[in-house]
Amino acid sequence: MKNEKTTEEIALGIRRRVFEHSMRNNGGYLSQACSAGEQLAWLYNEALNLGQPTLPMIPKPFEGVPSPDNPDYHTGAGYNGPASPDYDRLFIAPAHYALVAYATLIEVGRMAPEGLEMFNKDGSSVEMIGAEHSPGMEVHNGTLGIGLSTAAGLAYGRKLRGDTGKTWVFMSDGEVQEGQTWEAVQACAFHNVEVKAIMDVNDQQCDGAMDSVMEVGDIRTKFINFGAHCVEVDGHDLDAIRQASEEKHEGKPLIILARTNPFHAMSILEERFPRLHYVRFKSEDERARMNVSIAKDLGVDPVDYAH
Amino acid sequence: MVEMVSRPYASAFEKFAAGNPDILCLSADLTSSCEIDGFRDRHPEQFVSMGMAEQNMMSFAGGLGLAGFRPFIHTFGVFMYRRPYDQLMASIAYPRRKVRLMGFLPGVTTPGGMTHQSIEDISVMRSIPNMTILETGDATEVESICEAADSIDGPVWCRVLRGSVPRLFDTPIKVGEMRELSSGDDVLVVTSGICTEEAMRARSALKEAGLSIRHLHLHTIKPFDAKALLDHIGSVKHGVITLENHVTEGGIGSLVAETMADAGVGKRLIRLGLKDTYAHGGSRPYLMRYYGLDALALVRGTEELMGQSFGISEDDLDDARIDDVHSLVKAEAL
Repeated sequence: MKNEKTTEEIALGIRRRVFEHSMRNNGGYLSQACSAGEQLAWLYNEALNLGQPTLPMIPKPFEGVPSPDNPDYHTGAGYNGPASPDYDRLFIAPAHYALVAYATLIEVGRMAPEGLEMFNKDGSSVEMIGAEHSPGMEVHNGTLGIGLSTAAGLAYGRKLRGDTGKTWVFMSDGEVQEGQTWEAVQACAFHNVEVKAIMDVNDQQCDGAMDSVMEVGDIRTKFINFGAHCVEVDGHDLDAIRQASEEKHEGKPLIILARTNPFHAMSILEERFPRLHYVRFKSEDERARMNVSIAKDLGVDPVDYAH
Repeated sequence: MVEMVSRPYASAFEKFAAGNPDILCLSADLTSSCEIDGFRDRHPEQFVSMGMAEQNMMSFAGGLGLAGFRPFIHTFGVFMYRRPYDQLMASIAYPRRKVRLMGFLPGVTTPGGMTHQSIEDISVMRSIPNMTILETGDATEVESICEAADSIDGPVWCRVLRGSVPRLFDTPIKVGEMRELSSGDDVLVVTSGICTEEAMRARSALKEAGLSIRHLHLHTIKPFDAKALLDHIGSVKHGVITLENHVTEGGIGSLVAETMADAGVGKRLIRLGLKDTYAHGGSRPYLMRYYGLDALALVRGTEELMGQSFGISEDDLDDARIDDVHSLVKAEAL
């Protein structure tokens, strides 16, 4: 499935959608759109080999959790196409990037814009923290650190099956504080699991700047020492990301560290540093100022959120 | 004299799993301790060493389940839910992955003390949606646990006995059923796991004391056939006693209590097991005596229920097995 738009256009479109949504709802995961826009746009528009969506463009409402009494249950993975041996799979490990991931699905024509209107509404499957029944999701990743392990298990299993499709994980740098991440990397190295990950290294976490919460040091060296092939690039430079993804990583996981700016393309967000995890406007004045400033940065009209 | 079977899991697992490419054998550095070392050596293509990294192992197994495999995870039970509880929930239980959690050393069957003794696992697993719980009480159940677990469309928690295991039954586990070991009408005794053998030891002494005991053994704890239990409770005059290798909160004592309360049964219930306490390290007979999990504890519980002393002492109970603690069938001390 090829998209008509360029990856740059999609990244801009993601930011515009997340901006508009956040303005209308008096807050949102704005900074994640700033940092991860290029990565998600690149994954969906270039890197991933995905089939046509198998689920309706307008997401169905929540239809219950997995249980023996819910035989029709399915995940949201159908927005990424069928799980065929030759197609790629993607896990969004930091599930709080869901708003950005949903915006990406819309930009690449896998979900209707109406899907975003359902975001965080009671009874909707388009949940604030992506659940496995949410569009584009296949597993629960709301608890940080489990995504890479799950992808590693899937990739190992697919290797045994002889699948040609790749297994990708979109990660966040806060996850390196979790021990499980390192358990996963050592297991991938030991079992020659060639899972692929791109990590949004924005140096931010819920409490603030990572260095103020828990210093993690030189994570590239750490990943290499744990047995990964790890490359570091400017996460807003698409050519650099493309080049990194071509790196040979035989018998090892590939970790692309995408160094990003948490207020990229929304410069006024710097006012809110270091509390960028979820930007809720503190006053009508701030909301209005950010509306004008970000709209200008993104080349759109301010959002008429009063209506 | 009861027949003792050496390492029944080792041969049963190999017989069940070998050659089935959809079954993978996962181990977290306790391969010989979980009796799968022979399988590892003879079927390396189905063996996945996960190291001492249980959090990753649980999510990794979830990923294997997503790829259509049925991983059998082998480690001590306690290591599969305490540290990696979040991963057990999110990566295995919620999405109903067909992961078979083979938990060795249930309750006080290990001298390893608090860190090694899974004394509240049934309580935890009973409260996890989508989880099935099986517990082995003899060699025949250990021999049939793999097939029973693998018949479940979802995750399964298994309490598995290792080493030298007595053979008490001659039919395999039938998931969802319960074993009626004696059919008296005075008192209903409900046991599971290693406590069933203890209850059997007490049976003749209680019979001589004039008590007619109805004895049920549970190998399937979840899902549970409440109606069958209620029928048995309706068949006894005086009340119910549960005995389990587990804390009395959340285990089969609670299961029976909830079943009785839900149905409005007004009979007495005495729950025996670990009474809101941790255990410590020691031999199994010592711990079962010290914490009141053995045949004598059941006799005392029965006396309490009946409000009279039967004058039964240790000498009146059927012989206990004396395990050789240095026996070759134990892979190692822990």
